[in-house]
Amino acid sequence: MINSRFFNRSELIGFIALAAVLFVILPLSLDVFRLNLVAKYLTYAFVAIGLVLCWGYGGILSLGQGVFFGLGGYCMAMFLKLEASSVENTKIQSTPGIPDFMDWNQITALPLFWQPFHSLTFTIAAIILVPGLFALIIGTAMFKRRVGGTYFAIITQAVAAILTILIVGQQGYTGGINGMTDLRTLKGWDIRPDHAKIILYFVEVILLFACIGIAQFIRLTKLGRILVAMREQEDRVRFSGYSVANFKIFAFCMAAVFAAIGGAMFALNVGFMSPSFVGIVPSIEMVIYTAVGGRMSIFGAVWGSLLVNFAKTGLSESFPQLWLFGLGALFIAVVLAFPNGLSGIWADYVQPRIDRLLASRKSKPKDGWNSVADGAPAE
Amino acid sequence: MFGDYSIGDLGSIFVMQGFAGLILFSVYVLMALGLAIIFGQMGVINMAHGEFMILGAYVTWLTSNTFQSYLPSLFSGYFFLAMILAFLASGALGMLVEWVLIRHLYKRPLDTLLATWGLSLMLQQTYRSVFGPREVGVELPQWMLGSLKVTDSIEVPINGVFVMGLTVLITIVVAYVLYKSRWGRQVRAVVQNRIMAGAVGINTEKVDRYTFGLGCGIAGIAGSAFTMIGSTGPTSGQLYIVDTFLVVVFGGAASLLGTIASAFSISQTQSTLEFFMSGSMAKVLTLLAVVGILMLRPQGLFALKVRK
Repeated sequence: MINSRFFNRSELIGFIALAAVLFVILPLSLDVFRLNLVAKYLTYAFVAIGLVLCWGYGGILSLGQGVFFGLGGYCMAMFLKLEASSVENTKIQSTPGIPDFMDWNQITALPLFWQPFHSLTFTIAAIILVPGLFALIIGTAMFKRRVGGTYFAIITQAVAAILTILIVGQQGYTGGINGMTDLRTLKGWDIRPDHAKIILYFVEVILLFACIGIAQFIRLTKLGRILVAMREQEDRVRFSGYSVANFKIFAFCMAAVFAAIGGAMFALNVGFMSPSFVGIVPSIEMVIYTAVGGRMSIFGAVWGSLLVNFAKTGLSESFPQLWLFGLGALFIAVVLAFPNGLSGIWADYVQPRIDRLLASRKSKPKDGWNSVADGAPAE
Repeated sequence: MFGDYSIGDLGSIFVMQGFAGLILFSVYVLMALGLAIIFGQMGVINMAHGEFMILGAYVTWLTSNTFQSYLPSLFSGYFFLAMILAFLASGALGMLVEWVLIRHLYKRPLDTLLATWGLSLMLQQTYRSVFGPREVGVELPQWMLGSLKVTDSIEVPINGVFVMGLTVLITIVVAYVLYKSRWGRQVRAVVQNRIMAGAVGINTEKVDRYTFGLGCGIAGIAGSAFTMIGSTGPTSGQLYIVDTFLVVVFGGAASLLGTIASAFSISQTQSTLEFFMSGSMAKVLTLLAVVGILMLRPQGLFALKVRK
C-alpha cells in the first residue's frame, strides 16, 4: 500500500515545524555568526538524511560518509580556490596564478585534474558525479559480492582512512592537513560578508528541503518498501526476484550524493575545507547525529544534526572538560534505551499524549514509531 | 633507484626493512589478537579497543614510575609486573563494560559500534582528566636499550626483539586457550550457537563476560608493549583502530591463523613500500591493496567454511 498523500498528518506537522524553525524562527532570532553556525550544522543534516535512507531503511551502515562529504566539499573548494588564486591575488608568489599551497610546495603549474575546476558548471556536475561514481564503484564491488553489515562498515571506514592519508600526504595538490583555506568569491560574488552568509543560509535550507523531498519520495515509492523489506529479510526479497544488490547500490549512491551536497555547502558556508572533515572520526559522528535524531526518520535526522551540534558547541564552550563525557553518555543512552532516537521518543511518548489531548471522537489506533517510520498511512 | 647501493648494502637494507616489518607485524598481531576474539569470535564491533590498549599503556607507565620512585633496585624487571597489571586492569574494565553495555546488544551488532564509540569518547576524556593531555613515555630499563649487532651492517634493536618474543608467547597462549582448553571449547560453542550452548548447560553469560574480558586484557598487554616502542596520549587509541580492524577482517574474522597471516602480509608490504616512497603513500597503497583484496575475497584470507 502506497500512501497517496506525500506526507501523512504527523509528518506534515513535522514538516511545517521544521520549515518554520529553519526559515523563520532561527533567521529572526540569531545573529549572523550563530546563523552561520546553524548553516554549518545543517550541512551534516544532508549527510544524515542520506544515512536515514541507506542505514535506517536499507540497513547498510556506512562509516565512510565523510569521504563523500569531503569529495563534495573539495570539489567546491577547488573551484573557489582557483577563483581566489587569480594572477592579481597571487602576485607575490614565485608563480602567480596557482593556489598558494602549490606555490609553497614548489609546484609551478596547475595540475591537470585541477584544470576543469575553472568552470562552475563542471564543478557542480563534479559535486554530484564524483561522489556518486565513487559510491557506485564501492557499492557495486561490495554488494554484488554480498558483502554487507559489519564488513561493509569496516571497509568504508578504511576508505575514509585512505582518503584522509592521501589528502594529508599530497600536500602540494590538496593543501595537506591545513586544507583549502582563504576561499573568497563565487563567480565574483564575495561569500564572506554577513549578507552573503544569510543568502547562503537560505540557499542551503532550500536545498535541504529539496533533499528531504527526494528522500520522502524515495521512501514512499515501491523502492522504499523494498529497502525496508531487504533490511528485514534480505533473502526473501532476493527469492522474490528482486536484485537486492542494485537496490542497495542505489541507496548508497543517493546517500553519497546527499553527503556531497552537504560538503559543497560546507565549503561555501564555512569558507574552507580540510581533511579533518573526511576521516573516520567525523564519519562516525555523522552516523551518530543520525542515530540520535532517529535512524528511521528523515526529520529526526535533521533535528539530530542540529541538536547534537548545538550541544557539542554549547558544552564545549562552557564545560570543555565534560563535553566528551556528555556526548559519549548520550550515544550510549541512545543506543541502549532509545534505538530510534529522538524521533522514536517523540512518536512513542509525546505524540500519543498530544493525540489524547486533542482527543478526537474517532477511535484512533496507537500510532507507534513503526507506522510513522514506514510511512504507513495513519488510519 | 638502486644505483647508489652495492649488492651487500641492498641485502642489509632489505633485511633491516624486513626486520622493521617484523616489529610492525608483532605490533599488529598484538593489537589484533584481542580484537580477533571480541570481533571475530563474539561479533562485537568494539570501537573502544584502542582505549583498552591505552589503559594498558598508562598502567605500565604508572608501574614504571612507582618502581622508579620506590623500588629502584628492581627497576630492570618492572616490565613483567606491569604487563600482568595491564592485563588485569584492561580485562576487569572489559568485563565491567560487557556487563553494563555489551550484553544488551548481542543481537544488534551494528549498535555495539555506536555504543562502544560513545564509550571510547568517555574513556579518552577520563584519560585526559586523570593523566593530562600530553603524551607520556616510559623509561626503559637499561637492558632493553641498545641493539644487537648481527653483522657489520645489520643491527636489530633489543626492544623490538623483546616485543616479538612477547607476541609469539601470547599468540601461543591464546591459541592454546581457545582451541585446546575446556573453556575455549565453551567459547566457541557459545559463539556458534548461543541457544544450543545454553541448552547443554554452558553458562553463556559467564562465558561471554570472560571472553570479552580476555580480549580486552590482551589489548591491555598490547598497550603495555607499545610503551617500549613509542609514547602514549589520550587519543592514541583511535590511531590504531582502523588498522586493527582491517587486520582482523583481512585475515578472516573467526580465524586466528588468518589474523596472523594478514598481520604479516600487511606489515611486510608496508615496510617494504616505505623504503621506496613516503610513509603516507606506502600506507595508502597497503590499505588500498587490502581493500581491493577484500572486495575479491569478502570473507578474508582464511574464511571458515560454516553453514549460516
